Amino acid sequence: MGVFFTLVRRELGAAFNSLTGYVVVAITLLLAGFGLMDILQRLNADRTPSPIPEIFFADGIVFWLILILTTPVITMRTFAAEKALGTYEALMTTPVGEWQVVLAKFAGSLVFYLVSWAPLVGVLVVLRQVTRQPQLLDPWAMCGVLAGITCIGSTFLSIGVFASSLTRSQIIAAMTSLLIGIGLWTLSLRFSQTETTGDRWGRLMDHLSVTHHMQDFARGVIDGRALVFHLSVTVFFLFLTQRVIEMRRWK
Amino acid sequence: MIEVQDLTKRYPGRTAVDGISFTVGRGEVVGFLGPNGAGKSTTMRILSSFMPATSGTVRIAGYDVFHQPDEVRRRIGYMPENNPLHTDMRVRDYLKFRARLKGLGIGRSRQRVDRVIEQCGLKDVEKRIIGHLSKGYRQRVGLADALVHEPDLIILDEPTIGLDPHQLRSVRALIKELGRQHTVLLSTHILTEVEMTCSRVLILNQGRILAADRVEDLESRFSQDGRVVAEIEASPEAIREAFRDLPEVASIEIQAAAGDFQRVAFTPKSGEDLRPLVFEQVRQQEWNLRELTRPRLSLEDIFIQLTQRKKGGDL
Repeated sequence: MGVFFTLVRRELGAAFNSLTGYVVVAITLLLAGFGLMDILQRLNADRTPSPIPEIFFADGIVFWLILILTTPVITMRTFAAEKALGTYEALMTTPVGEWQVVLAKFAGSLVFYLVSWAPLVGVLVVLRQVTRQPQLLDPWAMCGVLAGITCIGSTFLSIGVFASSLTRSQIIAAMTSLLIGIGLWTLSLRFSQTETTGDRWGRLMDHLSVTHHMQDFARGVIDGRALVFHLSVTVFFLFLTQRVIEMRRWK
Repeated sequence: MIEVQDLTKRYPGRTAVDGISFTVGRGEVVGFLGPNGAGKSTTMRILSSFMPATSGTVRIAGYDVFHQPDEVRRRIGYMPENNPLHTDMRVRDYLKFRARLKGLGIGRSRQRVDRVIEQCGLKDVEKRIIGHLSKGYRQRVGLADALVHEPDLIILDEPTIGLDPHQLRSVRALIKELGRQHTVLLSTHILTEVEMTCSRVLILNQGRILAADRVEDLESRFSQDGRVVAEIEASPEAIREAFRDLPEVASIEIQAAAGDFQRVAFTPKSGEDLRPLVFEQVRQQEWNLRELTRPRLSLEDIFIQLTQRKKGGDL
């Protein structure tokens, strides 16, 4: 366990010491700023506006832009940079387990990702103060949003970590996870818009739609099926990562 | 300490290491010598259980690198090629991080980090960021990392590459110092380095071991023809005349040297040292003598001879 935390600390240190770390935070802030403008416009236009989390996380695309753009950048470093630098060899010739390395890299990415969201919480609190309409920002909806950010983020981050383990080029790692991310998002959008077809296939796709999950989360509905879905996908990709490392180690 | 049996590593389309066997005893300092691409790094990566062999067995301190890799990793201090370091970390933090990865507890790792910082002369730079250090200091950080968990065996892949003469000297001294307490296997293509630091040398070329011997033994084995060179002040004819009837001398080559001197190379019939004989003859003739040596083959000559012969044989 001590070794695991040592590794997580190293991951975070590397993220905060690098320029890309701050680029990620900058992207998040910039996009969140656009999101805020969007929210303000809608609050002014609508007489009975929908709650802020729904505007921001469910209806708008800002959340998805942030997610899809920042997760590849956060995770591209994890394995690819170490391989390119050669420190991967130094790491893997110490008696650490493959799972420890994979989980530590994922946990480091997740913590950094959550930290990069932190300014947004500030934005929401300010909005609540300014609008003086508590129904616009329900605490339960906030919990849902947090759960959604974490769950869906985990899925995207695990895909990114996996992509990074496949290559020694950070660019290739980022492009691969970006492609998978965009694919997942556009498919989800498509299927959550045709939700009313009602046949078995349509319902299944609806359950798998990440945009639908986020709509639920933003309303404060924490659906167990969505949690299980994201947990499984995360574990699945981390498992694949571990296999890749093991295979490369013993090929 | 190291037992290697028929080790082979094939990459797609290329055999990097071709059935090599060798052993290294406890406390030895062994130099791994060979041109680029000879298979040195590959062998070291297999020894440190970074990657598996295609076939053959390797045992380190009695543990098999394939079946008990973690036991092996605990006992090896490995410095990979080009000495990769996390350049964004400070020296002390980096060493502490590495010590923890290698399974040392918090208290123990602090103790050991203090010790290796002192041992490797890093006291002045322990708070500095590794990326800002000179290459010589970085190399020492790499060595300190290899040492930090008190390994039985230290494997260093080209530890002195790219250093300036001052840094070279200090890093070599450090390696020599390490050799007193640890078993060391180091690779290099600088031959003087092996002569200076190693007790034994393994010469590797195209994935095969060409020679494995003590440095002195190698030198004497390869300089058996025992040529003697002298510079004598006399005419070539007189020199030929004087040495013609000596039964010990097989042949004489004469070249003009600066001044009235001739550079004469004597080849003995059967290995004996001709120097006393040449000196005696020169004294009797009352010539001037300004040099009398039996040139030793350096490791460099041996290396070139071995690797070229190998190439010729393959063509």
